[in-house]
Amino acid sequence: MKKSWWKVLCVVLLVYTILAGLLLPVPVLRQLQETIRNLYFHVCMWFAMMILFTISVVHSVNYLRSLNLQKDILAKEYASTGILMGLLGYATGAIWASYTWADPNNPAFASFGSIVREPKLIGAAMALLIYFAYFVLRSSIPDLDKRARVSAVYNIFAYAMLFPSIWIIPRLLPSLHPGREGNPALNFNDIDARMRMVFYPAVIGWTLLGVWITTLKIRLTLLTEKNWLNAK
Amino acid sequence: MGFSQGNETVEMADKMRSEGKIYVVIAVILTILTGLILYLVRLDRKISRLEQSGKK
Repeated sequence: MKKSWWKVLCVVLLVYTILAGLLLPVPVLRQLQETIRNLYFHVCMWFAMMILFTISVVHSVNYLRSLNLQKDILAKEYASTGILMGLLGYATGAIWASYTWADPNNPAFASFGSIVREPKLIGAAMALLIYFAYFVLRSSIPDLDKRARVSAVYNIFAYAMLFPSIWIIPRLLPSLHPGREGNPALNFNDIDARMRMVFYPAVIGWTLLGVWITTLKIRLTLLTEKNWLNAK
Repeated sequence: MGFSQGNETVEMADKMRSEGKIYVVIAVILTILTGLILYLVRLDRKISRLEQSGKK
């Protein structure tokens, strides 16, 4: 295994997240109770996704500047793992919401309506769909250079769309999703100091896991595509 | 969410914790994590081997 201190750090941080996240005391909140611990898991997925998408778009921009096809591979793989994190965040959010702020009195199909009208959920779904379209776009262009160039430009737009759809519009609209008044996870007044102690290492740990998975995919791609890469 | 009513007690999982059940949860999660990490390490080593044999 390639010697990397950050992989060890990743494992250490994740073990710490699980142990501290489940064992350390958390602020007592009505309606959320112990599920507030999900902050270290569900919210971390979204944060990791944002960081991975940021790395992806940086590589896309670098590709456009250097026209080095390797950067295109990097951008693609980081976007791919970002989508994975986003999907996990969505799924865990759906589970969490069904136990907390979704109306338990309504049968599943009735409360489904109130959930899908939720701005943050729509925004997040939109953002993920835009990134899915990135991959559809890639598969539609057979020529390598053209594919890289077009998808790099699209990646920049996709990244830009993250902000209005996930962060800005949901904050402006009335919503049941936690955090409509200000930013819940980054607002220093809002998040309890004890939770911060676990939350920040958790974000780093989950992000490093995403980076690890991505680097494996990248290395594999570089190995298998060595032929046409070196021909450039 | 979050209007405070002082007389209500919020039920937390303290009973679970006191009975030691939380440790079962942790053991399960850590097992899953260990499995996933071992899989990643295995993949990492395989790819490293491929990279080295390719460079020869």
